[in-house]
Amino acid sequence: MKPAAFTYHRARDVAGAIRLLAELGDEAKIIAGGQSLVAMMNYRLARPAHLVDIGRIGGLDHLRGDGSTLRIGALTTHHAVEVATDAWLGRGFTLLRDAMAWVGHLPIRTRGTVGGSLAHADATAEWCLLAVLLDAEIVASGPRGTRTIAAGDFFHGFYTTALAADEMITEVVFPRPAPHSALLEFAERRGDFAIVSAAVDLDVDEHRAGRAVRGGRVALGGVAPVPVRVPEAEAVLAEGGQAGPDLFRRCAAAAAAAIDPPGDGNGSADYRRALTQTLIEDACAKAVSR
Amino acid sequence: MSAHTTESRHAPAGRYVGASVPRREDPRLLTGRGRFVDDIRIPGLLHAQFVRSRVASGVVTSIDLSAVLDVPGVVAAYTAADLDVIGITAVLDRPRTQFVPTEMPILARDRVRFAGEPLAIVIAEDPYAAEDGVEAAAVTYQVHTPVTSAEQALEPGAPLVHDEAADNVLLDVSMFATEGIDEVFAEAPCVVRVRTRTGRQNAVPLETRGAVADWDDRDAQLVVRTCTQVPHQVRTVMARSLRLDERAVRVITPDMGGGFGQKCVVGREEIAVAAAALRLRRPVKWIEDRKDALTASFLAREQRYDARAAFDRDGRILALDADIVCDMGAYSCYPFTAAVEPLMASAEMPGVYRVPAYRVRGRAVTTNKAPSAPYRGVSRPQYVMVMERLFERAARELKVDAVELRRRNLITEFPYSGVNNITYDAGSYLDSLNLCEQVLKDEGWYDLKAAAAAGGRHVGIGYSCFNERTGYGSGAFAQRKMSVVPGFDMTEARMDTTGSVTITTGTLSHGQSHETTLAQIAADELKLDISKIKIVQGDTDRVIYGWGTFASRSVVVGGSAVRLAAVKLAEKLRMLAAGLLDTTPDDVELDDGRVRRRDDPGRGLGYAELADIAYLKAHLVPKDLEPGLSVTATFDVFTDGTFGNATHGAVVELHKGTGRVEILRYVCVEDCGVAINPMVVEGQCRGGIAQGIAGALFEQVTYDEQGEPSATGFLDYKVPTASEIPDVAIHHLETPSALTESGAKGVGEGGTIGAPAAVLNAVNDALAPTGVELNDTPITPETVQRALEQAS
Repeated sequence: MKPAAFTYHRARDVAGAIRLLAELGDEAKIIAGGQSLVAMMNYRLARPAHLVDIGRIGGLDHLRGDGSTLRIGALTTHHAVEVATDAWLGRGFTLLRDAMAWVGHLPIRTRGTVGGSLAHADATAEWCLLAVLLDAEIVASGPRGTRTIAAGDFFHGFYTTALAADEMITEVVFPRPAPHSALLEFAERRGDFAIVSAAVDLDVDEHRAGRAVRGGRVALGGVAPVPVRVPEAEAVLAEGGQAGPDLFRRCAAAAAAAIDPPGDGNGSADYRRALTQTLIEDACAKAVSR
Repeated sequence: MSAHTTESRHAPAGRYVGASVPRREDPRLLTGRGRFVDDIRIPGLLHAQFVRSRVASGVVTSIDLSAVLDVPGVVAAYTAADLDVIGITAVLDRPRTQFVPTEMPILARDRVRFAGEPLAIVIAEDPYAAEDGVEAAAVTYQVHTPVTSAEQALEPGAPLVHDEAADNVLLDVSMFATEGIDEVFAEAPCVVRVRTRTGRQNAVPLETRGAVADWDDRDAQLVVRTCTQVPHQVRTVMARSLRLDERAVRVITPDMGGGFGQKCVVGREEIAVAAAALRLRRPVKWIEDRKDALTASFLAREQRYDARAAFDRDGRILALDADIVCDMGAYSCYPFTAAVEPLMASAEMPGVYRVPAYRVRGRAVTTNKAPSAPYRGVSRPQYVMVMERLFERAARELKVDAVELRRRNLITEFPYSGVNNITYDAGSYLDSLNLCEQVLKDEGWYDLKAAAAAGGRHVGIGYSCFNERTGYGSGAFAQRKMSVVPGFDMTEARMDTTGSVTITTGTLSHGQSHETTLAQIAADELKLDISKIKIVQGDTDRVIYGWGTFASRSVVVGGSAVRLAAVKLAEKLRMLAAGLLDTTPDDVELDDGRVRRRDDPGRGLGYAELADIAYLKAHLVPKDLEPGLSVTATFDVFTDGTFGNATHGAVVELHKGTGRVEILRYVCVEDCGVAINPMVVEGQCRGGIAQGIAGALFEQVTYDEQGEPSATGFLDYKVPTASEIPDVAIHHLETPSALTESGAKGVGEGGTIGAPAAVLNAVNDALAPTGVELNDTPITPETVQRALEQAS
């Protein structure tokens, strides 16, 4: 469990990192917090010839809300989000802070980065799920300039994304608050990769007595190669109704019926469907109680 | 923690035994100043890794290491043919109809028997180059169909793992068969049957295996620093394997990060490392990585039971009949052999119950999986689970409360000679069950369970009652017909001229706190401040001989040897002082670092003064005494040992939506006789219970059809963390052992033994309304979820 030999490069700034990536080609890999990559290298499942360390690049660890939009720098750690104050996050973004408790364990959260997690694109990663749920925009820089990629277009498959080999994520932008949202997961052990993770963002009519749901979004991790939105479940929410167990159960059931999850050593397809049902129901209840 | 915890065990003033003396090893371990194998640096140190078989079964048709030697940094690479060392063969004193000895070569020669088996050793300037070298090895195989389960192994015409074991059975022993047992079953009003399977586990010491070997020209000795529970046995096997005099091998064990049995057997890698160091005449280090630790070290616990029990109308057990098959993997471990699990289960299964008739067949089956070693509890977690399930089943059939049914059957008169030819010394079987039940009732768990059921929740309460034989001496191991018979222990106690005492022990702490507990025993005998006592362990040149630490033997056997040596040293001090104080040894006594006259306590000599005379003024030593202050003592057990006992109670809630098993409460009522150090006892209980819960709910290594193991890291091998393990309430009872010098019984394994049964019973209690019964472990959330869903 020692990695194969590689050449280490440290980038001073984004331009330098991109130059290195362009120079070194496919054999290069960006390293930030190293929480996924190093483990894969230790098993020699990943063996990049070059590592481009972006960890020392300044100005990429921000967390900046302007009331309606939240911008998070690629090098911001999970832990920085976990301990961010309401003022830093801005109203309606506490979901992101709460979700961090599901990311691995504390030591992982203190080193792992938001950009790294998105670029790694694990099907059950919390940031990937959050990005898909909340229509985040991923800002990437490359030799051809900077572009913004919608989260819905970003994740292509197992560990593959829209990023070109010479591009790096600099920032992720969450374009709007999600005051009635929640993310829940299930794994056998605290901190494990989720078997299934579910996130919901409900549109709640605050003015009507008894709180009514007017619509919402539902996203799942662990049921497909990438985190997915579930239109069938969202359709149930869009029909609207009293916020409560009946609506949430129907929404969850629509999701469980719509997905075609994989079965593996961590859980059969049926079990993943059952978890989907439970987690969406619970996430809806949690979201509406905010 | 419970009110009973330590208060009930106040030690007499001025005495150490019975007091929660802070662990003396902690300051160094907690400040990063411990010294483990991997901390050892020697100038010129080389690093080893192993080329391992990629196939589970087959014949190696070629190994080409030429590319390995071309890798920058690689110094050497050896195959079995290059090293020419003798393999390890563990044998029993049994006929071939019962036991088939098999050899575990140090490096596989031609046959490979599990994926991960070492084929060649690569030595390099650093660990990275060593792994590069391993990658460069070119091995070709003729691949055979592997045997990946005990069922497959036992099928007629199954492929053979070892040619000499014609049916893949390494041990087949029917240890007991009470005459007329079939009639008892035929006539009994209540017969219940339970079939269980338990998953293959890894003991997972946090410190993986490892060794640093170095030839010392001046001492003409191979010095091997390795994390083993049994340094003297490693020395014996290593010397024979390398064709050296035993004197020419010194095994040193520094601080250790756990063993749990995985390190109480002699591994092959450390011998290959020693052989390489010997050839190269350079120090070589091998540190097992986690992947190899999970896939290619020693595993345990994969067993299946088919058991029946007969009861009369009053709920008294009449007979027990069990068929036990243990999947021991590819090789027999030294010195215990592949028989260790089935023999343990066969010998001890009746446990704490009065079982009048008993029949058992125990088999060890060989398969193409990493081999097995003893793991904390050895079969007892499994057979206790089976026994406790049988009682639960019978209680349901007889419509009797399961706790009451146990009460009617627990052994209450001691000594008790069982149907399994074991004589049990006194224990608190009934009291511990009563107290455990009372605690759960007083804390309101029965009320909560009733309320939960009414609210549609699934809460269950489960118990397990068990005993734990500790102090396996030469007598007990000889009864198992081991041909290398562990058991006794030797201690040397030596006082220096400052009155400070060095005590050696052949037992070896790999986390058990011997530096504290053994010193407590000696300090009380020597009436000496504990800071003046140093315990030395884990060095075959410093410790005369010993059997290391396993089977909860340290305080029972090692502690008794320490106490005997301390008594002898005290005696020598009394004789010396008596001569110098003009009286007889009977008329002097030890008191707080001095020997004084009983009739005139003001007249006495401090230990330093006595030691000064014993060594530096030997001309003053009375004529009938030898100079110096050193003694040795030996302790062994020829009876059936001493039995600790406990009752565990678990309260669980099953979560319908996810199948999660949440342990709401865990209570342990333990009796280990005199607790030398209650804090250490509680640590043993908690750690053991955590490992027991791990087996019940989390951990398992599975193999696919090609014999490829499922778990190569902690992602897949689900060791529970502090988040999954509940707080444990511990209550103590104390039935002192008459066997041991201190009154203590061993307590190293009890937690692990009791936990799976208590958890499994609690889960099934919660499932009772559904009609589903689970008897296989680990119980996964998916299984529970399915059970709850089917029922609703």
